[in-house]
Amino acid sequence: MKLRDIAHSRTGDKGDTTNIAVIAYLPEDWPRLDAALTEQRVAEHLGAAPGSVTRYALPQLHALNFVIEQALAGGVTRSLALDAHGKCRGATLLDADL
Amino acid sequence: MTVRIGAGAGFSGDRIEPAVDLAERGELDFLIFECLAERTIALAQQAKLADPRAGYDTKLERRMRAVLPACRRAGTRIVTNMGAANPAAGAEAVRRVARELGLTGLKVAAVTGDDVFDRVGELLLAETGCTAGALGERLVSANAYTGVAGIVAALDAGAEVVICGRASDPALFLAPLVHSFGWAMDDWTRLGRGTLVGHLLECAAQVTGGYFADPGFKDVPDLARIGFPLAEVDPDGDAVITKLAGTGGMVTRATCTEQLLYEIHDPAAYLQPDVVADFTGVTFEEIGPDRIAVTGGAGHPATGKLKVAAGYRDGWIGEGQISYAGSGCVARGRLAIEIVGARLAACNGEIDEHRGELIGYDSVAGQTGRDSPEPPEIRMRYAARCRTRDAAARVAEEVEGLYLCGPSGGGGVTGRIREVIGIASGLMPSGSVSQSFHLIGA
Repeated sequence: MKLRDIAHSRTGDKGDTTNIAVIAYLPEDWPRLDAALTEQRVAEHLGAAPGSVTRYALPQLHALNFVIEQALAGGVTRSLALDAHGKCRGATLLDADL
Repeated sequence: MTVRIGAGAGFSGDRIEPAVDLAERGELDFLIFECLAERTIALAQQAKLADPRAGYDTKLERRMRAVLPACRRAGTRIVTNMGAANPAAGAEAVRRVARELGLTGLKVAAVTGDDVFDRVGELLLAETGCTAGALGERLVSANAYTGVAGIVAALDAGAEVVICGRASDPALFLAPLVHSFGWAMDDWTRLGRGTLVGHLLECAAQVTGGYFADPGFKDVPDLARIGFPLAEVDPDGDAVITKLAGTGGMVTRATCTEQLLYEIHDPAAYLQPDVVADFTGVTFEEIGPDRIAVTGGAGHPATGKLKVAAGYRDGWIGEGQISYAGSGCVARGRLAIEIVGARLAACNGEIDEHRGELIGYDSVAGQTGRDSPEPPEIRMRYAARCRTRDAAARVAEEVEGLYLCGPSGGGGVTGRIREVIGIASGLMPSGSVSQSFHLIGA
């Protein structure tokens, strides 16, 4: 099972920091999401540096917010990346196996 | 008393028709246009240096022409940051549009004070590790993310259109609520709730089903005709987020939850000029079709500091792309990357960073893409950050040169060059920034 089967995501950027919100579709899937998606797991899946990911939880909304520092190659205005905002990354996170 | 406040734009390139629909049918008290991205104001500052009458959003006149007649009829007042680097010139432009449309007497205010270019010499910038002054002539702009004070004062004075420059995005929405309800500026709970409403609305269609659809998983009805959102806000700051009947899109708990966390770091401490908003207790309840009740917003005392964004010239980026297809397309794309890199070695003293990648393969996915089977087609992209415009032009030229001097079967070359405006930020005491407004009549 992929994360995508139980959760949806949205990605945003501020300077060189990206944040990915991951939200369970159904309340019954929240405990599983909460347990599976650790900071370390997200860093590994996205190829982010260990320690660069901070996790915040909003249990009543069945939502997690991952903030990833130094994730955008210097930020939107300087980055050479095609997706300089990193907008595509939330979708790639949803491909993680559960 | 309920205040009806709508979002007319979530970025400078946003669609105009949904804003016109809100102006005509929304029975709004306020219509807000958020149009300033991080680098926009630096670009606008450069335009203003070239022409003192420029430096405001180039779509300002077009948007105002589209919505002003309906807003005047409905008594809807407009707040926007489309003043960018030159709110006074922006207000003059709105006055000209109002006169063309025969909207005699329309009161337009320019709010200023965010431009702190003359005070940032000693400001320490986090991203560069040095002061703004150390950037010397490369420094183009410095603007504080201001709060509601200037906008509230302009609304209190009767302005029907308020044109500001850099303000925090939620402040554009919080200001009309503070004005309408007379909230005290130390009523942290209500300021936090007003910020929550502003944050949910500031990206316009991102709360009505835009940036959301994922066919088969998250289906959005009639996305092509998506409507922009409005909030019905009560005097305590609780609100219903909704959209106009007959428009496409949807307002659900899921769309609201995604937008709540959009570009937020710690949900307990969303740092704003006038308040530290706290979203940890927020709940969304569906009380009707496309109607979501928002409760539980909170706030804490402001930090006393304002974020200042400094824009500086940071060289040029040159880029080129070329397509390859069929078996072996990945190998030919990789060969093209090697060739361009080798040919650019001649100007390596002027190039600070190179990037070669295959779109459709590894440009976003990285190693995951390289571990995947070969796709039927790829697009090679080469980009480099350069110290000179000439070097950036050379990057695009070397990709074009692949037509005759590169791997077989390369087609569809495109190239472009753009100046890089770097953005770095620091913190300034709130007391060192004061806002004022200037009211003119059409």
